[in-house]
Amino acid sequence: MITALLIFLPLLFAALLLLIRSDKSKYLALTFALAQLGLAITALLSFDKTAGTQFEIHIDWIKQLGIHFHVGMDGISLLLVLLTCVLYPLIILSSFKNKRSASFYALMFIMQTGLLGVFTALDGFLFYVFWEVALIPVYFICLLWGGVNRVKITFRFFIYTLFGSLLMLAALIYIYLMTPGQHSFELADLYQVQLDRMTQGLLFWAIFIAFAIKMPIFPFHSWQPDTYTDAPQEGTMLLSGIMLKMGIYGLIRILIPMTPLGLEDWGTTALVLSLIGIVYASLLAWVQNDFKRLIAYSSIAHIGLIAAGIFSLNTQAWQGSAMQMISHGIYATGLFFVASLFESRTGTRNMNELGGIRLQSPRFNTLFLIILLGSIGLPLTSGFIGEFLLLGGLFQHQAWMAGVAGLSMIFGAVYMLGAFQKTMLGEQRSTVLFQELDTTETITLTIIAGLIILLGVYPQPILDIAGPSMEKILAIIHHTSASAH
Amino acid sequence: MQIATYAWLIALIPLMGAILLGLLGKKVNGKSAAAIGSASVLASFVLALLIFFSINSSTQKSFDIHLFNWIHSGSLSVPFNFLLDPLSSIMLLVITGVGFLIHVYSYGYMKDDEGIQRFFAYLNLFIFFMLLLVLGDNYAVMFTGWEGVGLCSYLLIGFWFKNTNYNNAAKKAFIMNRIGDLGFILGVFLIYNTFGSISYDKVFAAAAGFSSGSSIMVAITLLLFVGAMGKSAQIPLYTWLPDAMAGPTPVSALIHAATMVTAGVYMIARSNVLYVLAPFTLSVITLIGVCTALFAATIALTQNDIKKVLAYSTVSQLGFMFAALGAGAFASGVFHLVTHAFFKALLFLAAGSVIHAMSGEQDIRRMGGLRKLLPITYPVFLIGTIAISGIPPFAGFFSKDEILAHVYACSPILYVLLMVASVLTSFYMFRLLFLTFFGNYRGTKEHMHHMHESPSVMTIPLMVLALLSVLGGFIGLPEAWGANHWLNGFLAPVFEQSSGRVNALELSHTTELTLMAFALAGAFIGLAIAYSKYIAKNQVPAEDNNQPEGLYQLSYNKYYVDELYDKVIVKPLHKISESAIAFLEKNVISRSVDSFGRITLNGSRLSRNLQTGYIGFYIFFMVMAILLILLFNRI
Repeated sequence: MITALLIFLPLLFAALLLLIRSDKSKYLALTFALAQLGLAITALLSFDKTAGTQFEIHIDWIKQLGIHFHVGMDGISLLLVLLTCVLYPLIILSSFKNKRSASFYALMFIMQTGLLGVFTALDGFLFYVFWEVALIPVYFICLLWGGVNRVKITFRFFIYTLFGSLLMLAALIYIYLMTPGQHSFELADLYQVQLDRMTQGLLFWAIFIAFAIKMPIFPFHSWQPDTYTDAPQEGTMLLSGIMLKMGIYGLIRILIPMTPLGLEDWGTTALVLSLIGIVYASLLAWVQNDFKRLIAYSSIAHIGLIAAGIFSLNTQAWQGSAMQMISHGIYATGLFFVASLFESRTGTRNMNELGGIRLQSPRFNTLFLIILLGSIGLPLTSGFIGEFLLLGGLFQHQAWMAGVAGLSMIFGAVYMLGAFQKTMLGEQRSTVLFQELDTTETITLTIIAGLIILLGVYPQPILDIAGPSMEKILAIIHHTSASAH
Repeated sequence: MQIATYAWLIALIPLMGAILLGLLGKKVNGKSAAAIGSASVLASFVLALLIFFSINSSTQKSFDIHLFNWIHSGSLSVPFNFLLDPLSSIMLLVITGVGFLIHVYSYGYMKDDEGIQRFFAYLNLFIFFMLLLVLGDNYAVMFTGWEGVGLCSYLLIGFWFKNTNYNNAAKKAFIMNRIGDLGFILGVFLIYNTFGSISYDKVFAAAAGFSSGSSIMVAITLLLFVGAMGKSAQIPLYTWLPDAMAGPTPVSALIHAATMVTAGVYMIARSNVLYVLAPFTLSVITLIGVCTALFAATIALTQNDIKKVLAYSTVSQLGFMFAALGAGAFASGVFHLVTHAFFKALLFLAAGSVIHAMSGEQDIRRMGGLRKLLPITYPVFLIGTIAISGIPPFAGFFSKDEILAHVYACSPILYVLLMVASVLTSFYMFRLLFLTFFGNYRGTKEHMHHMHESPSVMTIPLMVLALLSVLGGFIGLPEAWGANHWLNGFLAPVFEQSSGRVNALELSHTTELTLMAFALAGAFIGLAIAYSKYIAKNQVPAEDNNQPEGLYQLSYNKYYVDELYDKVIVKPLHKISESAIAFLEKNVISRSVDSFGRITLNGSRLSRNLQTGYIGFYIFFMVMAILLILLFNRI
């Protein structure tokens, strides 16, 4: 029941927002988002870590085609549901000064339905439906509230991800047609299909590209920097904080268990692409002048590390990726908020025109620094736990790969501290004074910074929630690959 | 041991101090901030003393204190545990003891700075991380402290954040350290993969089963050593340390002389069990240590900034410590770490006192004759100089002599090089002393007018450190004198497992005494050359636009290493990134995507032409298609 509530309440919220249409929409939206968070926490409290998938709802949807409305949560789903529900209130809080209309928040809630649906769907077709449901609202958010080039950029983003989705749909349908007897879209049934190596290889690529675009992984990333830069602040937060995790989640839930032999043949290629992305995006982040664009590139690098960890296929790397998905969601939201604060206060995100903000705004300085340290993985921040486990897991897989991926430790410090210095330190360069944070802004950033430290000191709950479910999936593939030999 | 249960307080109190100071901010005045900051470190120092005495008197030499489980993933388990043993207790004493003195001194030094609250918050935070570094019972906690002190170093070097040069220095320090840290963490992963744990006791116990010289041991120890190179400023990762002098002088004394930069020495001493299994790594360490000691000393010869001389001197002295570690003389490395903490902190703080008196002037060409004007700073600086030059019975003599003897036993050639470095040390230190305190005053009238000895809040810590620099050596009197080497005995349990693996010092007492005489002679040679140049001949280093050519120029410009790194690494990488943007991003990747879109658009435009709307056209196609199907079916 709670899963259905989580998925469908946001639709109700959206409808209510549109009906009421008051100028107090933002408070309403915040209340709704907090209600969702309350639901998610209720789910967490009644979640049994050892019991596998829980809170299941299983109804036939289109019986003739074997399509079910089947949702439920295991540890991995629950984590991402929590991430979504934690970030939503923060994103709404961060939007308070932007004077967003009711329809803006309504779109956000429709998107939440899609996101939570993707993270809980246990039927391949349902997964696809929610996948698209999540895309459309954010497309409109970017198109209607974005920057100057929004039409062209958003169109490219849309076509790009739609192309990926269609590949995935084709692959899912193919596997569906291979299910025995009366076909079924149940994920569990799709996992059972045993295809030959060649076919699995093709399916691997079709599905991988869909997810690689979403995350994105090099070289499927070219939509991302433009879109992130041009999208409105909340849009970027939604895209990077939550939506890209759909891609990572897809790797774990769809790609890897469905094409274990394809993974055997092509997993290393995907891993190497992720590694290239880490170094490539880090180098590019280094030469950016626009702070938001810099964060966009750094996001590619960080996601590359998560993807590399996923393809290392061991418990440590996977738990690291769970941790890093949460952590990245939190600090990316924080950093994009920082970018929007630069822009709204000084009129520019160009770092060469900023400087000396620390003088004017010590509180902002401290909070920004903590979030930044989280993003470069300093110990006792959440970023470290993720990076440590990911690199350690990668090292177990192939030592040299950890060496390459570890370069991000150095590059991350180079470009983030460089950005910090340009914007915060030195003498004031912009003509406009940077005002100290107001209460809402302080609360938003303090929660973000607090979560970063809290999870850095006490990460175990996250690892424990994700662990057993991840081990289960890892066991499936290790089993199939063992029996295939 | 009762006190062990309170060990967590040692680290927690400075953290609390830092948080409190951070939250209070400007709500407290400078004096209260200094009081909070100093008191928290003093409390830790008292605890450290209690721990030290109970370990000294107890028969059990190591205590593991479980705080909480930090990370548990698969078979990897990282507890947040503290380890109390002779090595960590010595480090605790140095960190909190010297740290406390520097906190007190800082009040005098930073009294008029508007950011004094922030300063003490950072200092306390530093003490917290440094304590974590030495208290952790596994490599992950050590790494936490390790990176944490790097952060504090970054914050404190760039303390005066309006100055771009200072900010650059801070950033450079952090990045150089991160390069080392990557090596460190890869080493930790390899340790985990090899031993299945990263807790010291488990790792060292498992290491007993490995044969000496196995490649995995060499790899582990080399990777960890890369970390040490960064943190302890060894070739090739040393260039950040001289720049780090941008920070306020107490920071240079605490972080960049006495404590943080010696973390690499601590780490290798802690991992001695692993290092003795990798003789190759040990030789690399000695070699790098000796080279760094000599190289940095040759740069210190020509520098004119009082803090820069001391900075290169620190790099050089750290080289001495690594030379000892590489020779398998772990206790001697730690011994020099301790004495160096005393006399180098003293020298930096005394230099700070000079700078304070000179209203911020750091160029020794603008000083001279300060001996009479600074009646306390001068004698303590003199004591520091004698101690570092290795003149008995001051602290540096004993520890340095031990290192030289051990290196001699390893390789006479390296001994000669290290001996040269030692002579140079004595020379540049006395050069510094003479140019600053002797001869005629060469500064401005303005500075002379404001000249004053520092307040007692600064001079008392100086006197305490001076006392320690005089007496510190007695914790390790040479056995060749028939004395009892207390420190060796105290640290023995830490190095017990590896003591059989390295050759004990097998020099006869006569040889040892001869080496001692050489060392002493070397110190006096350096002193004599400095005296003849700067006292007898009254020379003053040339102005910047009038520098002598050749080697002098090379040394004065630090061998152009910064420029080299910039040209070989930074610039090319920057160029690659720029061209990746211009070429790959804009052309290849985007264009291939766009062309994909274009193909789709053009394709649909073509197919749209088919939708003419003429019924006849459609029927024509239908008929053609049916014909084709029939045709193919027949075949």
